[in-house]
Amino acid sequence: MNCDVTEQGKAVVVELKEERLDAHNSNEFKSQMLSLFEGGKNNMVINLKGVRFIDSSGLGALVSGFKNATARNGSLKLCGLQPQVKSMFELTRLHRVFEIFPDTEAAVASF
Amino acid sequence: MPDKIEVNIRIPNKTRYLSLIGQIGENLALALDKYGGDREELAYHINLVLTEAIANAMIHGNVKDPAKDVHITIGVDNECLRIRVRDQGQGFDINSLPGPEGNALDDHGRGIHIIRCLMDEVTYRRLDDGNVLEMVKCLSPVPSSKRDTSSE
Repeated sequence: MNCDVTEQGKAVVVELKEERLDAHNSNEFKSQMLSLFEGGKNNMVINLKGVRFIDSSGLGALVSGFKNATARNGSLKLCGLQPQVKSMFELTRLHRVFEIFPDTEAAVASF
Repeated sequence: MPDKIEVNIRIPNKTRYLSLIGQIGENLALALDKYGGDREELAYHINLVLTEAIANAMIHGNVKDPAKDVHITIGVDNECLRIRVRDQGQGFDINSLPGPEGNALDDHGRGIHIIRCLMDEVTYRRLDDGNVLEMVKCLSPVPSSKRDTSSE
């Protein structure tokens, strides 16, 4: 799982460098988020602008991260969703669960 | 009369092949000669339902056994796109799976819901040596109602 991790303001920003987030790489992504949580990075922004394709496993990994952040009194927010990826959040009604921002700057400023 | 196409693929029970088969389905949908709807959207959805169905077969049907394989058939015939995904496992009750109205914060259980939303017919049947998940998408005028059936 290729991703860039940077600290910006009050949050850690994880930018995925994979075109697909699916059952092949979602567990690895989950583990990477867990490592950050265990390192005390409880406010997280996931930048999905490079992700063209997400399946239910990818959505499940993000839900897992959301629950982990919330349980640690932090928050996990999303940004940069491509239209087809955003439609998957709507189909599964997860757009009601996550705070979704157009870009990293807006997401980071919300903390 | 549209062209008849049938693609048969057998892959090892490894998730690294998901993107390959999803892309084949996407390219096939893009190449359909008579489709009046949003072709890009259809292609994306075919990639997605293939990915969901094959991952389901690998993880739940074949219980991650690397010695097993998954057999996929993609066919275009009589203005329908038909996908069959066969596993070699014990199967599961498709009707016991939660929909989106279930626990919104479950990590799992959205795959079949996504398939049901995007395809016109979804069936899951027991065979002598495994199970087959069959999904049909009508390529001509949108059907008046979606059908969702399953058998034992």
